[in-house]
Amino acid sequence: MTTPDTMVQHYHEVVDCQYACPAHTPVPEYIRLIAEGRYTDSYMLNWESNVFPGVLGRVCDRPCEPACRRGRLQEEPVAICRLKRVASDFKDDIQSRLPKIPEEKNGKRIALIGAGPASLTVARDLMPLGYEITVIDEQQKGGGMIRSQIPSFRLPDTVIDEEVGYILDMGVDTRFGEEVTSLKSILDEKFDAVFIGTGAPRGRNLEIPGRYDAEDHIHIGVEWLANVSFKHTNSIGEKVVILGGGNTAMDCCRTARRLGGKEVTVTVRSPFAEMKASPWEIEDAQHEGIPVLDNHVPVQFHCEDGKLNAIEFQLVRAEYDAKGKRSLIPTGEDNVIIECTDVIVAVGQENSFPWIERDIGIEFNDWDMPEVDKITYRTSHKKVFVAGDAAWGPENIITAVAQAHQAAISIDLFCNGKRLSSRPGPNWTLVSQKMGIHEWSYQNNVVDDERYAVPLIATDKALADLSVEVELGFDANLALQEAHRCFSCDAQTVFNASKCIECDACIDICPTDCLTMTHYDPSVDDVGDLRQRLTGPAANNEQPIYVSGSLPDTGRVMVKDENVCVHCGLCAERCPTAAWDMQKLLYTEAQAGDSCQK
Amino acid sequence: MTYQKPNFRHPLAPTNNLGLSRREYEGALSTLCAGCGHDSISNAIITACFENSIEPHKVAKLSGIGCSSKTPTYFLGNSHGFNTVHGRMPSVTTGANMANRDLTYIGVSGDGDSASIGLGQFAHVVRRNLNMLYIVENNGCYGLTKGQNSATTDLGSISKSGNANKFSPIDLCNLSMQLGATFVARSFSGDKDQLVPLIKAAMSHRGFAFIDVISPCVTFNNNPGSKKSYDFVREHQEATSNIDFVPMQQEITTQYDAGTTQEVTLHDGSVIHLHKPIDGFDIHNPRTAMRAMKDHQERDEILTGLLYVDTDPVDLHDVINTNSKPLNSLTKEELCPGNKTLQSINESLR
Repeated sequence: MTTPDTMVQHYHEVVDCQYACPAHTPVPEYIRLIAEGRYTDSYMLNWESNVFPGVLGRVCDRPCEPACRRGRLQEEPVAICRLKRVASDFKDDIQSRLPKIPEEKNGKRIALIGAGPASLTVARDLMPLGYEITVIDEQQKGGGMIRSQIPSFRLPDTVIDEEVGYILDMGVDTRFGEEVTSLKSILDEKFDAVFIGTGAPRGRNLEIPGRYDAEDHIHIGVEWLANVSFKHTNSIGEKVVILGGGNTAMDCCRTARRLGGKEVTVTVRSPFAEMKASPWEIEDAQHEGIPVLDNHVPVQFHCEDGKLNAIEFQLVRAEYDAKGKRSLIPTGEDNVIIECTDVIVAVGQENSFPWIERDIGIEFNDWDMPEVDKITYRTSHKKVFVAGDAAWGPENIITAVAQAHQAAISIDLFCNGKRLSSRPGPNWTLVSQKMGIHEWSYQNNVVDDERYAVPLIATDKALADLSVEVELGFDANLALQEAHRCFSCDAQTVFNASKCIECDACIDICPTDCLTMTHYDPSVDDVGDLRQRLTGPAANNEQPIYVSGSLPDTGRVMVKDENVCVHCGLCAERCPTAAWDMQKLLYTEAQAGDSCQK
Repeated sequence: MTYQKPNFRHPLAPTNNLGLSRREYEGALSTLCAGCGHDSISNAIITACFENSIEPHKVAKLSGIGCSSKTPTYFLGNSHGFNTVHGRMPSVTTGANMANRDLTYIGVSGDGDSASIGLGQFAHVVRRNLNMLYIVENNGCYGLTKGQNSATTDLGSISKSGNANKFSPIDLCNLSMQLGATFVARSFSGDKDQLVPLIKAAMSHRGFAFIDVISPCVTFNNNPGSKKSYDFVREHQEATSNIDFVPMQQEITTQYDAGTTQEVTLHDGSVIHLHKPIDGFDIHNPRTAMRAMKDHQERDEILTGLLYVDTDPVDLHDVINTNSKPLNSLTKEELCPGNKTLQSINESLR
């Protein structure tokens, strides 16, 4: 039985996009604000939750989109990520809406090592609370991997400068250009807490014959991208082979195209379908005329006098054992030799902590990574916290932001002498949307439109200049149409069993057969069995089932399979007693200050 | 901000033997009051036609006037429809049926349309045993004109304005049995487990099939003291038996306990299974049904379920020996057989 205190969690799960987002950004609400033309409000709602809406609106890994309910009823989900960019593109000046930074500090000094998304999030959360923050990074500018690893044709520098600027301009003390070589020396500076947000900065190498015979022409992906970003590298040979199938490989190949690469080829060990890169990033690369060769395992570089001539591949096919474990079996065909002038190795990233002394109270695990608590983000040293890629290896920006919010909460609790385990709960409101007969204060009509494509600049123009952004972004009209595709899953179907007269009206009207009234006793009956006897097949076990309390007349229960509810509100519309109501859930995760300052 | 049914349907929604989804049997969005029993009946009809794999274009739905008679707009949007004159649905249906015997006829009427203004027409369509399903959506009040008592309002039932009804009601099931109906049932809009198989069986029955469906009027007759409210009917309903319907083309797969289940095979080979019938009830004997209904009525109970069925009925086409084919399929030669045939007819009469 779904009890009232578990309902908020249930309703939160119903908002698929928001639930899938590591930072739990209130997606339907910000899309609604975009549809209303309230871009600044939409931006600020994003900013509070994910700190970098302009950046994420371009380069987020968007776990929200595969989760989007529309993707289960139509080919494509709502273009959530690109709508976020709309809020960023069309907003007004937000300076006046940024949090006020107290003149009088609280006397606590925090050091943040690394100036990437994790550290900046901690700074953003703690500065308004009166903390004195010092950010230390070896680069001359803030942003970390956002700046060094993402090419400017996907993410212009102006966007990074703006959003990093909002945080640094809060009065953060920056020690840029300083490489941290000893954590002990930082701790010796008597900070109240130290946060490590150094990411996963080291590109993985590929030790095959010939690797060191033409050093100038065999590059490590993330290092090469950083060199391009900081303008240390501005050209590459005409024939470039990229090794690897992740998003870094996609950025490398597209960058190579713009720096002089005429024949750029991506090769991956795995079958195409198992490539790690996001499908849209693979599409973008292919759109620029870059072929992807799968099942190619690199075996040898062919070099001569410090010059790279070619790279040799063995051809394989993937086979899977009973447990689904993959092995790559050579096909026995002749090895393939691809002529090339340069090779970029983009086969993964690693953490690297040579600068943390092993005797200062931080435990390291078998993978030579510091032991970090999954909830508090604290190491075994009480003053040292870690989040983002530095904590458990490469993930993505939005995950780093979400983790950093939690680390900031922990730092705040710690500096206030509170237990790190007494963490603040989420903030939420649940408000009826009923305005009158046939009238709801959310957009309840369900459009059939397929996903709108984001306009792109012409490929020849894009390839001519590294800094020209490929995507033009939605204009206001396209944004409005795309925003209308949102089902408003935050408009929850809230049921009050005591008002129900069991007239069947809701069940009869529901377009997607979500509702059932049946006998069910949770103490005896099996939920799996219940799923079998619902009006519509409830085959998606990842989606929750709502079960009401007993109905007054027959003792049956109302069951709702949330899987394909389109939130049209017709159940509430056709309910004679308002037992069903559409209520908007606005759910935000707690942030630093929620438990200590309130 | 809008009041439209979305076009999305459950992605795993089943299709029937014709390959059609339930959506093909839906109609326009209802404009009746929210929670009206009639909408549930519309849905039961949709479900029955979908599950019985009836071709939508081979159904004609006819109605009179009233809330109930609006409902054919809300189901079977791909079928033939005729919204006739108040109380005159039976005669229009009779004409249509005589012209085209190949369609399935669903007549939808209300207590006003059938028991008041249309009582005469109702009586005659029953006694002629026209092959149709006649559904009365019985809410015991004139819902379209603000809920005055109707001819089926129960004695002593309290209206929304607080007055008890002083007139004896017309029991349409009882009346139709007296008039020789060959399939009679009573059900409740809030009990689709019973209503859907009854509708399926009634559509398979060859002859006049009557279902009186108690259908609460949420707006004017769902108050305490009403004998046709959701609460009252739920508390006072007793079924003659639980019913299952297995259409002719489908294999019977469920095992039934012989002691408690009665099988009724209809004219077309379909089978009705009646589980746990009440003691002494004979489904083939109208007298036991009438007595049982009377007994229940006296105890303020409502007897629902299948009340009576004649498995070998003689319908109107049989009686008057009509052509075996619909009139629209007759050729000119069949309709005007020529002088020679006329002469032979004349000769036979001399």
